[in-house]
Amino acid sequence: MATVFIPSLMQELTDGRQQIEVSGSTVREIINMLEESHPGIKNRLMDGFKLKGNVTVAVDGEVSPIGVLAKVQENSEVHFLPALGGG
Amino acid sequence: MTTAYEPNKVLVNEEFKVVGTRPIRPDGADKVTGRAQYGADYNAADLLYAKVLRSPYAHAKIRSIDTSKAESLAGVLAVVTGADTIPPKDGESADFGLGPQPMKYLRDNAIATDKVLYQGHAVAAVAAQDVHTAEEAIKLIDVQYDVLDPVLTAPEAMKKTAPILHSDLTTDEFGNSNVADHFQHKMGDLDKGFADADVVIEREFNTATVHQGYIEPCNVTALWNDDGRIHVWLSTQGPFQYRDALALALDIPQSRIKVTPMEIGGGFGGKFPLYHELAAVLLSRKTRRPVKIVMSRREVFEGTGPTSGSNINVKMGAKKDGTIVAAKAELRFEAGAYPGSPVGAAGMTSFTCYDIPNVVVDGYDVVVNKPKAGAYRAPGAPNAAFGIEQVVDELSKKLGIDPVEFRLQNCAKEGTRRADGPVHPKVGGIETLEALKDHHHYQSPLTPAKNGGKVGRGVAFGFWFNAGLQSTVTISVNADGTVNLVEGSPDIGGSRASISMQAAEVLGISADEVKPLVADTDSIGFSFGTGGSRTTFATGWAAYEAANDVKAQLIDRAANIWGVDPESVEMQDGIVRSKTDTELSMTFKDLSAQLNDTGGPIIGRGSVNPAGVGGAFAANIIDIEVDPETGKVDILRFTMVQDAGKAIHPSYVEGQMQGASVQGIGWALNEEYYYSKDGTMDNSSFLDYRMPTSLDLPMIDTVIVEVANPGHPYGARGVGEVSLIPPQAGIGNAIENAVGVRFESLPMKPSVILDGINNQNN
Repeated sequence: MATVFIPSLMQELTDGRQQIEVSGSTVREIINMLEESHPGIKNRLMDGFKLKGNVTVAVDGEVSPIGVLAKVQENSEVHFLPALGGG
Repeated sequence: MTTAYEPNKVLVNEEFKVVGTRPIRPDGADKVTGRAQYGADYNAADLLYAKVLRSPYAHAKIRSIDTSKAESLAGVLAVVTGADTIPPKDGESADFGLGPQPMKYLRDNAIATDKVLYQGHAVAAVAAQDVHTAEEAIKLIDVQYDVLDPVLTAPEAMKKTAPILHSDLTTDEFGNSNVADHFQHKMGDLDKGFADADVVIEREFNTATVHQGYIEPCNVTALWNDDGRIHVWLSTQGPFQYRDALALALDIPQSRIKVTPMEIGGGFGGKFPLYHELAAVLLSRKTRRPVKIVMSRREVFEGTGPTSGSNINVKMGAKKDGTIVAAKAELRFEAGAYPGSPVGAAGMTSFTCYDIPNVVVDGYDVVVNKPKAGAYRAPGAPNAAFGIEQVVDELSKKLGIDPVEFRLQNCAKEGTRRADGPVHPKVGGIETLEALKDHHHYQSPLTPAKNGGKVGRGVAFGFWFNAGLQSTVTISVNADGTVNLVEGSPDIGGSRASISMQAAEVLGISADEVKPLVADTDSIGFSFGTGGSRTTFATGWAAYEAANDVKAQLIDRAANIWGVDPESVEMQDGIVRSKTDTELSMTFKDLSAQLNDTGGPIIGRGSVNPAGVGGAFAANIIDIEVDPETGKVDILRFTMVQDAGKAIHPSYVEGQMQGASVQGIGWALNEEYYYSKDGTMDNSSFLDYRMPTSLDLPMIDTVIVEVANPGHPYGARGVGEVSLIPPQAGIGNAIENAVGVRFESLPMKPSVILDGINNQNN
């Protein structure tokens, strides 16, 4: 199962757990599985079918250029991060 | 004494034929002879000129706007206000370099509807037959305001008693307040980390609002054609982002808008957002004539997005052996009038240079009565580094460890977990610091004083993520053996050359045999803007893909001509040949001449949205002299070291490093938005907003380190931003080394330095 690192300010939804093992082959499936066990987390991460504008997701250290469509491997790490800019 | 400029030392250099060389830029002749067409050069027979009326107040409700007198002035063709705009739909957003932001706020920032939230906020615009009539007409617009108290800094705006800018801005944590967002990164056990530390340093820092300072003012010409199509010519870093945002603001399909990016005289992140373009389009809709707006420098300062001022608390602890064991930062960033400061990136880069087991970073995005913050080279990271790199310096001094050795001992490397969670991929932090340590500048004695002042040396270190995102390139083969390369990335720092070179390398031709064209948005597929240090990386990658597409088709064509299996044909160094029959061989040029008669033209295409973006490190050594009588700081010697992964065109990497260093010097020593208590800016001209000139600077020496990025075909990393991160802290460390005072606020201008020295003496 993939290891999802829960953002610090969302850990109120996971009883303080910082990392949760979740099964799923894409980030979208991971979020849906998280929502089943920890209701409210999907609303903090997604708007409709996409990540919220101020959220990005990194799988195994790589910020996903395709958002929640990114593939997740059995032993992947998944991190939800603030959206980055650039000049 | 300043040092002589020396050619760069490239530490790793793979053998390429074109990549890594220094050909002349394709746009060079037009730019040095004045033939290049910038936005202000655009002209048309029926052109109208417009001016924008801006708020004199930092915070006020708009009670009424009467445009009748302006409309009746001879020569005036049209007037627009916020009432001419359309309310954006819920959920619509656009990304202008600081992440996606709600269109409602972006539209209101372009033309105020119910409130003005900063001095310079656009309220109305007039199109007239000439610019002088437009200037007279905006004075005739009668705007009645209910003036409100302004709030100008993040700490003040976070107080419960602060004036509230937006009645609809709420968070679960703060309710209706000026705090638009709060995030936290947490790793390890911070309390235990500080308990284990032998030395703990804690300081509070402030940085002033500063502008990108691009030389070419913002400009636009817009035409709303009789058939409903819109054409916009402007100076922009992101023509596709403009097109898409305009489409949302006007509630029309993207396909009705064509954006032509003109040559651009600097941007640095500041030429992404939607400003007067919306007014120009609306004025053209009313007149059906092209409408041109060119901002004055004052309008650029007061009406466009500078980077955030910030308030930062830093606490770090280390053991006697030099191991940093705990770090904490609280970042309060001014977003300006609408949410969306670069505090997110500041938080993610705060301690990313180092391997620290126990870290907490809190970031707050706070609205204040200043222009909406725009992106500026590595947005947010220089602010955080100004504080953190000074605390790192102080820790090294307390522990009696050389500051470069101290950084090397704690430097992040491949596999180091960052405070925001992910681990570093292959990065070049250690190699960058090693190059700094080995540089003759660091090995040399401190540069002697020029004017009998106190001299000091400082070092600092920085990290930036860089960006990938979407790019498209097409390449068509000409019969004379050259190729035309069409791209959608405006060329700000020499990217026509660096992108062409990546195609030339694949095709085995020279860089000057690739003819690059930056196209309008109808003529090439979507390409994200030139920013985030992404263009040479991502658009270059698209060029690499397009060239490989051409190469595959050329192999097929040669095989067809020779009547052999394509699998038996190869192309290397510009020669197409059979792998088995030495008689079958053609140059790229010979084959190009035969294309039309053997199957028709060949066009290659490349479109990418790449992962594999390589983050980059930069470090600097700075020698300064402080005049104890005046507080003036002179830069005596400045060396910048940066990991470029692979420098595609080393001259333009050096140019990025030198330019960013100069901007860092200005940010450190002089630049600031100077505000009166009523929230009006007192120094909105280059006379009073002091940017460095060549007389203020030594030659910036540069060292390119090449730790190849495994995520790019040529190993390239972004190079346009990271060199702006360490200078401010490096200069702060040098001043402390010179006079023994640690300065915690930017800019470190003469009056501040003098006060610091006098306080120390008293």
